[in-house]
Amino acid sequence: MSKHHDHDHEHSEIALRVEAIEALLTEKGLIDTKTVDEVIRFYEQDVGPLNGAKVVARAWTDAAYKDRLLRDPGGAIAEMGFGGPEASHLVVVENQPRVHNVVVCTLCSCYPWAVLGLPPNWYKSPAYRSRVVREPRYLLREMGLDLAEDVEIRVWDSSAEVRYLVLPERPAGTEALTTEELAVLVTRDAMIGTAHVKVPA
Amino acid sequence: MSSGEFADLLDIDGAGAPPRRNGELLFQAPWESRVFGVTISLYRAGLFEWNEFRRLLIEEIEAWEKKHHDEAEWLYYERWQAALERLLAAKQLCAADELSARARALAERPAGHDH
Repeated sequence: MSKHHDHDHEHSEIALRVEAIEALLTEKGLIDTKTVDEVIRFYEQDVGPLNGAKVVARAWTDAAYKDRLLRDPGGAIAEMGFGGPEASHLVVVENQPRVHNVVVCTLCSCYPWAVLGLPPNWYKSPAYRSRVVREPRYLLREMGLDLAEDVEIRVWDSSAEVRYLVLPERPAGTEALTTEELAVLVTRDAMIGTAHVKVPA
Repeated sequence: MSSGEFADLLDIDGAGAPPRRNGELLFQAPWESRVFGVTISLYRAGLFEWNEFRRLLIEEIEAWEKKHHDEAEWLYYERWQAALERLLAAKQLCAADELSARARALAERPAGHDH
């Protein structure tokens, strides 16, 4: 039996255990299928990086909002209709010409769900979680973000108490764009800090 | 948790469709989405504090990383599943042997069973 086959076999074992958990907890009246379906649908369809992109675009175009976002991130995203149990832990870190922020959760996978949805697979990988702390400049370059040597990199490690959102720099040449047009440019990776916001050529 | 007043503005199929806009499926298999959904449902029902689950998840990830060095074997939701099983046992919501018995029973269903 190949190693790959073993792995598939383990997956079906897990699928059965998950099915067993859901069945037992449902029978005990602790959860119901409709709620589980709704939770999955919410995270697959309703909440995602577009939430964060709208927040960033508004901060770029509305100085008073940006001020509130940096001082009271939970309150500022609630104004936009975003929130949830972990939103009160949110901290917004602003990129500057000589300061670049990047976010990680070294221990597990903490992430600002309310504004970015669920994290991408690479964010949860052992390689990213260890390397972004050890060699951030080199790793970011591998990921396509080549920062000048005089740019200070600040790595923010999420915790039970704090989730971070990077406020990227508004790219040059976007002065004429509306908030809605700007939001389309803001990517998930820019709000984690592994990319800059770019203007399409 | 509110789906947000902007939900109706989302362009579900267009370039801005979240969270697929950055080109990745959230869950690699149906069981991954179910184990996530079950955990969040239990949390919303007030059956545990998020940090209780987080601590177990951290322990499971740490244990895996001590034993394995091959990222190809890494499966995040496998760690999540292990943490959830420990949480259920610790909270006496579902014992491990009860769970194993049910999983065995499910495995013995005839092929082509009705889902």
